[in-house]
Amino acid sequence: MPEVIHLALAIAAKDIRVELRSRTALVSALVFAALVLVIFNFARDPTALSATDLAPSALWVTFALASMVALNRAFTIERENGALDGLLVAPVSREAIFVGKLLANLAFVGTVELVTLPLFTLFFNVSLWTVLPGVLGVAALATVGFVAVGTIFSAMAVRTRFAELMLPVLLLPFMVPPLIGAVQVTTRLLAGRPLSEMLGWLRLLALYDVVFVTLCTLVFSAVVDE
Amino acid sequence: MTVQPLSLEVARRIIRRGLALSAAGLLGLAVVYLLALEYTPVEARQGLAQKIFYLHVPAAWSALLAFSLVGVASALYLWLHDARLDRFAAASAEVGVAFSAIMLTTGPIWAKPIWGTWWTWDARLTLTLFLFFLFVGYLALRAAVQDPAERARFSAVVGILGMLLVPFIHLSVYLFRTLHPQPIVLKPTAPSLPPEMLRTLLISFAVFTLLYVGFVTARYGLALAEEARDAA
Amino acid sequence: MPSHDGAALLEARGLQRSFGRVRILHGLDLSLRPGEALAIIGPNGAGKTTLLRLLAGLIRPSAGEVRILGQRLGRDVGSARHGLGVLLHQSLLYDDLTLLENLTFAARLYALDRPGAVAAAALEAAGLADRGGDLPRRLSRGLLQRAAIARAMLHSPRLLLLDEPFTGLDATAAARLRTDLQRRLAQGLGVVIVTHHLAEVWDLASRVAVLVGGRWAADEPRTGTLEAFLPRYQELIGA
Repeated sequence: MPEVIHLALAIAAKDIRVELRSRTALVSALVFAALVLVIFNFARDPTALSATDLAPSALWVTFALASMVALNRAFTIERENGALDGLLVAPVSREAIFVGKLLANLAFVGTVELVTLPLFTLFFNVSLWTVLPGVLGVAALATVGFVAVGTIFSAMAVRTRFAELMLPVLLLPFMVPPLIGAVQVTTRLLAGRPLSEMLGWLRLLALYDVVFVTLCTLVFSAVVDE
Repeated sequence: MTVQPLSLEVARRIIRRGLALSAAGLLGLAVVYLLALEYTPVEARQGLAQKIFYLHVPAAWSALLAFSLVGVASALYLWLHDARLDRFAAASAEVGVAFSAIMLTTGPIWAKPIWGTWWTWDARLTLTLFLFFLFVGYLALRAAVQDPAERARFSAVVGILGMLLVPFIHLSVYLFRTLHPQPIVLKPTAPSLPPEMLRTLLISFAVFTLLYVGFVTARYGLALAEEARDAA
Repeated sequence: MPSHDGAALLEARGLQRSFGRVRILHGLDLSLRPGEALAIIGPNGAGKTTLLRLLAGLIRPSAGEVRILGQRLGRDVGSARHGLGVLLHQSLLYDDLTLLENLTFAARLYALDRPGAVAAAALEAAGLADRGGDLPRRLSRGLLQRAAIARAMLHSPRLLLLDEPFTGLDATAAARLRTDLQRRLAQGLGVVIVTHHLAEVWDLASRVAVLVGGRWAADEPRTGTLEAFLPRYQELIGA
């Protein structure tokens, strides 16, 4: 068991180092997120729709779209020079490879979300201070779910000719439950509602995470082993 | 390099059987139309437009059946690696996308006179919309992968994940407090149905299931025929 | 330490592989003992690379089985992979990591102690110590090949599967590789080399196998000179 974690961490660390060298995926995702927020701001009529009504949806749609920009990175780098074969011939379990990729993807998407949050409070004039732990918590909970599914789909998408198109087509339906849950909880957090009103959604998010992280880890071998 | 033998004859036989079942199903559909228009009473609140319910609900049911079977076949494929399971899953997906498309067009036709809007986010429509997207994604992925073995494996992964997504969609919609809270796809519009309505509905379910079986059989046979032709 | 206990390093029985409905390999048998160097040669499209990928456990056979160091390679990855080194057409290196970082990562994958030191030593042995800080994209084909070979042998494997190892190597590097392989063979290593460059491997090989159309046309000890063998080879692939 510790072997799996060791290897997963080594793989995640390698991914992070590779990304920090080129920074392409990270920067693209960040710029994309900022632009989407700006568009949301200009796309609404300020007299008709208040910022706080739109805010949670704007935030989560931004997170969802920006993370898709970042997700294909994980397996695109393994295609250069056939590096994935290097992982597959080594004594590394496929589960460890998946978890390593998942951790790296979470680091990237998490970074994009953390950098986007201050922009969000700025553009939408929303104060997050009092509810910051809650917002971070629900962000983590929702993100783990769709990044897990996104990781496995990107492993498949990069092997087709239309990786950038295939990933959203496959992934978007799977993003809906975490997104709905996240928006519902975020809305209630911003409105200062009690925890009891959010429990149902939080349970949904947690269940989604458990089910899909487990399932994706188990079926990953079917994607990479021929 | 040698080629494994594949019988065009077997494929043709399967197609014929499928077409026969489909023809029977279409005949049954005509019967359902008649029953719906003549035999069943007109509903008090919703009027004539309510009758689309006899097509709407079974079509949604067929889409759900199609997708569940894609999921089951996918799981079995990853365990057994039998190409027949993959062929079946693909056929079921194509039939499923057709049924969900039917449902998504009949749904608004019904909704407009009843609720005054073309689209509602009620549980049934929303679930079918998601099934439609999942089917489309599944078929798009299949079209994008050349190697048959890789295509089968990848489709199976999407099939299994999709099958497990469905309950979560259901749960999300249920929690969401929709326009007309109807958490279960099969729940009828009225608390107690008159016997004519119930009978017609059940016949319609049977007819749509028959159509599903017929179409999938024919499609399966067609896929088999294509492979036989490509191998020759 | 590898021992000459004589147990087969590699055993394959009845290997078949299909791509869709087309069969590429037809019921191949293969075995390799410690100290043996098998050269697999044959015309293009014979299935040599597919066979190597099967032996490396990257592809699953449609029928038959492969045992590496007594273990069947399957989804349960197994400890046998610790003793297996593989060189493929591509370098398996990450373009954004230096050679040293690439090899250190590989050492971690094989759970080696002090991965950084092992990586540095491997680069030293390959004559690449001064290029350790370079990125793969800045290296010539020959240097890249040497780095890839170093990566394949990093963990002192007992079995090596090499696909065209001499591609891009200059005479010095090729000689160095031959010497290294001969030393390891004497210590009990087993090597399978897939190649077009018969001349490069002729003296190294203890056995030669010719693959034509997914079947063995010949599998015999390497005796005599290359010149003597060539006419027979032409006959075998023409058949």
